[in-house]
Amino acid sequence: MNNFKALVQWLKQAVTDKEQFHLGYADESSEFVRFNHAQVRQAGHVKQASLNLKLINDGRHADLSITLAGEPELDRERLADGLQQLRETLPLLPPDPYLLLNHNAWQSHNEQLRPLPELAQVLEDISQAAVGVDLVGFYAAGPISRGFASSDGAFGWHQANSFNFDFSLFHANGEAVKASYAGHTWSSAEFAARLQQVREQLEFLGRPLHNLAPGQYRAYLAPAALEEIIGIITWGGFSAQAIASKGSSLQKLYAGEQSLSPLVKVDEQISGSLSQAFSTEGYPRGDVTLISAGKACGQLINSRSAAEYGLSTNGASSDESPSALQMAAGSLAQADILKQLGTGLYISNLWYLNYSDLPAARLTGMTRFATFWVEDGEIKAPVSTMRFDDSVYSLLGSQLEALTAERELLLSASTYSQRNTASNLLPGALVKRLTLTL
Amino acid sequence: MFDHHATLKKHFSALRTTAEFFSLRYVRESGQYLSVRKNVAEPPYLNHDEGAMLTVRLNGVEAYAATHDISLAGLQAALERAEQQARRILPHALLDLHTQQVSSDVADYLSPDLDQPFPSLSDCYQLLGDESASVPKDERLASWEVSLGTTRVEQTYLNSAGAELRQAQRFVYPGLSVTAFDGNDSQTRTLGGTNFGQQGSANVIHRFGLAGAACQVADEALQLLLAPNTPNGPRDLLLMPEQMILQIHESIGHPLELDRILGDERNYAGTSFVKASDFGHLQYGSPLLNVTFDPDIPEQLASYSHDDDGTRATKQFLIRDGLLLKPLGGALSQFRSGLSGVANSRACSWNRAPIDRMANLNIEAGDKTQAELISGIEHGILMNTNRSWSIDDARNKFQFGCEWGQLIENGELKGVVKNPNYRAISAQFWRKLSAVGDASTFKVLGTPNCGKGEPNQVIRVGHASPACVFSDVDVFGGDA
Repeated sequence: MNNFKALVQWLKQAVTDKEQFHLGYADESSEFVRFNHAQVRQAGHVKQASLNLKLINDGRHADLSITLAGEPELDRERLADGLQQLRETLPLLPPDPYLLLNHNAWQSHNEQLRPLPELAQVLEDISQAAVGVDLVGFYAAGPISRGFASSDGAFGWHQANSFNFDFSLFHANGEAVKASYAGHTWSSAEFAARLQQVREQLEFLGRPLHNLAPGQYRAYLAPAALEEIIGIITWGGFSAQAIASKGSSLQKLYAGEQSLSPLVKVDEQISGSLSQAFSTEGYPRGDVTLISAGKACGQLINSRSAAEYGLSTNGASSDESPSALQMAAGSLAQADILKQLGTGLYISNLWYLNYSDLPAARLTGMTRFATFWVEDGEIKAPVSTMRFDDSVYSLLGSQLEALTAERELLLSASTYSQRNTASNLLPGALVKRLTLTL
Repeated sequence: MFDHHATLKKHFSALRTTAEFFSLRYVRESGQYLSVRKNVAEPPYLNHDEGAMLTVRLNGVEAYAATHDISLAGLQAALERAEQQARRILPHALLDLHTQQVSSDVADYLSPDLDQPFPSLSDCYQLLGDESASVPKDERLASWEVSLGTTRVEQTYLNSAGAELRQAQRFVYPGLSVTAFDGNDSQTRTLGGTNFGQQGSANVIHRFGLAGAACQVADEALQLLLAPNTPNGPRDLLLMPEQMILQIHESIGHPLELDRILGDERNYAGTSFVKASDFGHLQYGSPLLNVTFDPDIPEQLASYSHDDDGTRATKQFLIRDGLLLKPLGGALSQFRSGLSGVANSRACSWNRAPIDRMANLNIEAGDKTQAELISGIEHGILMNTNRSWSIDDARNKFQFGCEWGQLIENGELKGVVKNPNYRAISAQFWRKLSAVGDASTFKVLGTPNCGKGEPNQVIRVGHASPACVFSDVDVFGGDA
């Protein structure tokens, strides 16, 4: 934090009276280990830090991302070069009618510095627990920091240590179960128990495959499977700009022409989540109810959309996607899932979803990892990979029978550019009809 | 250009290690993304990024450390972290690389026209603004955006065996998108964006045809709004290059990646329906199918002289006359599998390690003009420009959707249809290839957005293809 604060101090004295700035900061020091066949396939360490500088002058603004070197004098030099580049850029731009600045000097601070596990211990635990099983996976661990400061005196800091071991166990027949062990404190016993649980699920996958014909089936979507559906909906679904420009898959929900089941309540719950409580645009992020009793409620609104569409910003990210989404629990007890499913599909995960018809919220995707055929409340056999094609208004609307009482916190394992801090807290969903097509 | 090279070489020669082999890969990237949305200039996004990855081989085990600190002290510290990682994983390592050969090549590679200045920021905004303003005034046109992205990359690879490889490249991505809405349905028509990018200078923008394109794109969005849904049922399918690139990418490119076949990606990107024993034996497609790994088309996105492990890249047939010959596997995967591959070990930046990636993966042109392709179809549909893609983790069962459809009846193009989708199985689909367009239908395209790997990487890939016809494919429309 001291490095960042020093850069902020320098920038405050470097800008003129007419200039304003936003300065974002991100760094991480990450250990990455890939496993294949329960051994280490690739391992390394990545140390990176970057600034995002927005310079504003006379209604004009531009953004510049700069990789830092980690050496104070050189970093100050790079920031000075960046400031100069933006000063030369702004006169070439027209004033931005959608620039909406937050002049509040808000403060936010969150630090979690619990000690991280020793890699040697982690490797030993994984190696021991995975004896005799084909494990493939990815371990990522280390500290992550995010910061924000503005020329108006706003300052936010978020720092957290975490690890995420995302893995799968493969049966010799090619079928697999996926799981993860993630958090702040690595416990060898807890991990061994988690892996043992997954080993037990793997045994079901050794049974002969049940081949399904395309058609309509009752289905239970476990939280990780529901996360894939929620994940693609959040691709612009709740975005104020996407809704206004007719690029949202939920445009009919927001127009009041469609509804979901009254069981469905969805919130962006930043407070208490693992994500930072401020946006890269300099706004504190608020909790937002997005869907209530199956009807559209709030949208995710960044400052640009607020200015363009006459709305109030809730500190949404630049792409107006959620990062701490929660879906309300239902009443279906974990122990009753198979019984209430009766005969149908138990789907642990879905994969590679996309739209068949975006305005109609019609999705397609694949089953992946541990999908079972259930008869009279008993798991009978694994099911070969199948494609579904169905509407959100059906799956989470007319055909939604129940949501589970227990929810699962799913931490993002995404590491595109940097380790992601997003999470979803979701129940499982029992649906009366899922359409399989291939 | 390469102004860091002398310092990097000096630092590299000063590094101290007990490793039997080590390498340094330095990457510097700068770029800008400009767009005008509904006649309002969005603020520009500029970036500067640089860093280096040090890789060591110690007792036959490789490990890496990437750092943003490229001072001698920073590089030395990263080298030591990599050594420490290699020691830690030694008891658990999957691979013994004692006998793997390393590169000692020396070469430079430059994008075409790199010496030509790129239009100024003002000129770029003028072009985007003019195009945005030429979108017709029609209240059904709900949104439109014209964009231009450029990325300039310099990379230096040095290793302890004497390799010295430098690349300087510029990538240009023009794009145009218009969405029409009639109060119920919305339809989007695009040009470029994630379907188009090339190496070069301002000539890329001209080749792309951005200037003057907005009217036609807007008109096509409105036509789609008025069009009926694509009918359901089997038809012959004429795919234009803007959809062929997705078809090649998902159902030839990914399944032929050797690291997937070796199981590395099973926890994330997936596996493959292709087995190592299939190379040299499997009839992947009809005899009309010829697929190449081709790093030699200068403007294509992934043209280069060497990959990121230092292997020299040359044009190779992966599939010839429909027969599967070679995987997309770099030096390491070739060493592990004993199969012959190509130079496709690539990293998205300095902070990610090279893995098997697509590069330029192309379908060679055939002998039919577009008119001949259409006239050979009795009951079919033309589809253009990908908008939806979904395929299983073994890259077999797929469903793809396009923006634009046009029915074909008795050898003639008929009316426009909206929401054209099709589904099939890769292992069978390419055997239905019944006609391949000639050079006049061939386009050099590509995408900057191919995701794969743990940690995740998104990388540029090039695909060039003629228009192609597939017989008897399951086609269907949307709900609206």
